[in-house]
Amino acid sequence: MGYRFSQTLVAMLVMLLTCVSWAEQALQDTTVPPQTEQGLNSGTDMMDADESNRVVAPPTINEILDQLTSRSFDDKEAAIRQLANQNNPRVIPLLNALMNRELVHNRKDDTIALGEKQDGQWELRDPTTEEVVGHVDSRAARPVVINNRLRTVINNQLALSGLNDPDSDVRYQAAGQLIGNDDPEMLTALGERREQESSQRVLDQIETALNIAALQSDDLTARLNAIDALSGNLHPEVKNSLNSRLSVTDNASETRALEQALKKIDARISTFQTADTVFFGLSLGSVLLLAAIGLAITFGVMGVINMAHGELIMLGAYTTYVVQQLLPNSHEWSLLIAIPAAFLVSALTGILIERFVIRFLYGRPLETLLATFGVSLILQQAVRVIFSPLNRTVITPEWMSGALEINPVFSLTYNRLYIIFFALAVFLALLTLLKRTRLGLQVRAVSQNRTTARALGIRSERVNALTFGLGSGIAGVAGVALAQLTNVGPNLGQSYIIDSFMVVVFGGVGNLWGTLTAAFGLGIANKLLEPMAGAVLAKIIVLIFIILFIQRKPRGLFPQRGRAAEE
Amino acid sequence: MRDSTFKGALSDRTARTFMGVLFGATLLVTLLNQIFPPDSALHVSAYTVTLLGKYLCYALLALALDLVWGYCGILSLGHGAFFALGGYAMGMYLMRQIGDRGVYGNPELPDFMVFLNWQELPWYWHGFDQFWFAALMILLVPGLLAFVFGWLAFRSRVTGVYLSIITQALTYALMLAFFRNELGFGGNNGLTDFKDLLGFSLQSDATRVGLLIATAVALASAFVLCRWITGSKLGRVVLAVRDAESRARFVGYRTEHYKLWVFTVSAILAGLAGALYVPQVGIINPGEFSPLNSIELVVWVAVGGRATLYGAVIGAILVNYGKTVFTGVMPEAWLFALGGLFVAVTVFLPQGIVGLVSQHWERLRKRFVKTGDTDDTPAAQGEHS
Repeated sequence: MGYRFSQTLVAMLVMLLTCVSWAEQALQDTTVPPQTEQGLNSGTDMMDADESNRVVAPPTINEILDQLTSRSFDDKEAAIRQLANQNNPRVIPLLNALMNRELVHNRKDDTIALGEKQDGQWELRDPTTEEVVGHVDSRAARPVVINNRLRTVINNQLALSGLNDPDSDVRYQAAGQLIGNDDPEMLTALGERREQESSQRVLDQIETALNIAALQSDDLTARLNAIDALSGNLHPEVKNSLNSRLSVTDNASETRALEQALKKIDARISTFQTADTVFFGLSLGSVLLLAAIGLAITFGVMGVINMAHGELIMLGAYTTYVVQQLLPNSHEWSLLIAIPAAFLVSALTGILIERFVIRFLYGRPLETLLATFGVSLILQQAVRVIFSPLNRTVITPEWMSGALEINPVFSLTYNRLYIIFFALAVFLALLTLLKRTRLGLQVRAVSQNRTTARALGIRSERVNALTFGLGSGIAGVAGVALAQLTNVGPNLGQSYIIDSFMVVVFGGVGNLWGTLTAAFGLGIANKLLEPMAGAVLAKIIVLIFIILFIQRKPRGLFPQRGRAAEE
Repeated sequence: MRDSTFKGALSDRTARTFMGVLFGATLLVTLLNQIFPPDSALHVSAYTVTLLGKYLCYALLALALDLVWGYCGILSLGHGAFFALGGYAMGMYLMRQIGDRGVYGNPELPDFMVFLNWQELPWYWHGFDQFWFAALMILLVPGLLAFVFGWLAFRSRVTGVYLSIITQALTYALMLAFFRNELGFGGNNGLTDFKDLLGFSLQSDATRVGLLIATAVALASAFVLCRWITGSKLGRVVLAVRDAESRARFVGYRTEHYKLWVFTVSAILAGLAGALYVPQVGIINPGEFSPLNSIELVVWVAVGGRATLYGAVIGAILVNYGKTVFTGVMPEAWLFALGGLFVAVTVFLPQGIVGLVSQHWERLRKRFVKTGDTDDTPAAQGEHS
């Protein structure tokens, strides 16, 4: 309650400041611009209003408010309507205050004031200036009583003023609120607004609202036109009102039109639901891609089975957490530090693993598998000892939360959207590195034929260490992204390792494009199966599919050709 | 050269020593448990008896893996799945034996099914009230799965790392499946609360000792069987497949048939190990399918020493004893120790403890070094050719 009130207070303060600045402008601007019909749209119009008020001397805001002291709801309604018609920035906060029972009737002098209860007393403020005008006993004042009818009136008036707001977002919301409203006054206002509205988005909302209202029209052609216009519209209210119209109509052509419109809406909804599934599939695919792409380097290019890959991802995620702990006040951009930091941490760990373990095991892939599995156990346990076995939460920055709403049934959450782009960016960066740089050339040379590469003067030991570091570093970067989606815990890596291997093997070892295709293909397949079979069963089906697939094509989707492919 | 007949396998010195040590230890524990009263200093508690039985089950499992990995070069990361399937088959029999003594007292349905509001027994639970049927399933289910899986995999020449990864995926998929309540195997909790086996109460000392002896007999028989297989002509072809599969194929052997055969036998042995394990620990749950278990199993074999059979047994017992000690004294350190073991064994001890020991007694154990030589596994030749 207190929070809400202070919010209102702040809003009022802002309004007050704007008001003051307008007044100053008005004073400076001595020439009076010609009157326009448009009313509240801009600051200059506002000044006209002030000017004209001064000339005709209409009732002031406070005078109108004082009519609310009446006991009759009809009188109050008249007062509310009169208040709403004032071109004054105080109107909206005052209407809101009335809704929130913050407008009180001071019985001592029979006036209306803004009131806040403090220690059993009312602190009264002037409705226009918000200056404190005094304190009265809690019994001496009482909030203005409103009923449901008045609430509707106030809401409508608020929506109406929102409809004429200079900010198109406010207008969009106001128009959205009026969808399904059949008050003739609102409809007139919507109709007027339609003539001058410039934003297509707002215009669409207004059309929807008007067409829904037109469904109740007595004129058949008007109804048919409205049905036609609403056909395919995804607003939930549209489907409801079309359905309710379908249940009352007895006209054959209207029934047919309604059924068609509903069918079209259902078709569009199912299309967008599929799009939604595909988006989630892409999102899962991008996670798989991030997790697998480092493995595609260490496993695909170097032939090293790195079972500690998942733990390198986990280290990246923990690095994100540590960076956030070190920079508690800058969650918005600490991710930008976390990405290189995670890369470094994981890459260094990777290089250490390569130098102390894997180096001795080249050419013995099954042994590398066991040794790196041992490393993964050590890393996991180390994290458990250092950070505790409990999950840690990584804070999602503001710009990554929320969703991009495309229509009422289809929206893209920003974090998933960003991660898809991030995964693609990492993929492209890696591809460029391997294909366009000297290090990439050396890596490919060593992976294709170590002896010849050495004979040509490539220091294969160094290249091995760097390649392994690169693959590990990318795992760390993947950890930063995963930290935004899941809990950061010691088991984070374990849950991705089997999936990552599946992706690399399915795509064809040593082929980055294969990894990309496999990651997105498996991600989408998984999400498409999920609604039918449930999450766990979908995963099992995908696993079995891969097992069978590998038996048909043991080298994956895009097998490597030539000497390097022969075992 | 060893005598390659079954009788030869029974009478060769390694097998005799192995069985001597195994039965000697079992007999000693049995006597100490049965003869001395509980307050005697020489008494061995029922806990120790069960613990030893558990180790022997693990040893049997390790033996099964050594047969495929050490002799055939197939590194299966899914042997835990066969173990667990054998365990589930035994668990289902034990579950049916509970009868109406469960919490809900339903004579037909196990407790978890009553809890899930199931009305009747699923079809695949029928027959498990008979021991002979359960025993058949213990061998048949893992064997059949291994046969089908191996048939698909070996026919299309999935080898090396790829095979390892898909076996791991197999056990992972089974784990996910068994975690589901709908599958009818008790979901997350698995099968537990067993009462008796063939009419003997599982709580009594005598049954525990009996189970230990049964496990020891199973292990010894499996050992002899594996000795016989590896010493036979088929065993030599299997070795050839391990060392140079393409060459063996070109010479005219259907290598996939040999691999499939060994893989299936190994899976059946793993299933048997699981079936002996479950009544001793009193529970079977989907955690047994977890890929970690299967990989840990590989390390037992690696620690002991591959392609020696008894090395696998020694490795399984040593590592598990270490695990029992560590998890009791300092639980945090166990995973460090296990991880370190993985690294140390693969980097410094490629032939395991047996290899280390045999280096010192080279003269005495010359023939073991020959079979234990792992430097020319197909893995060593692959990838960097």
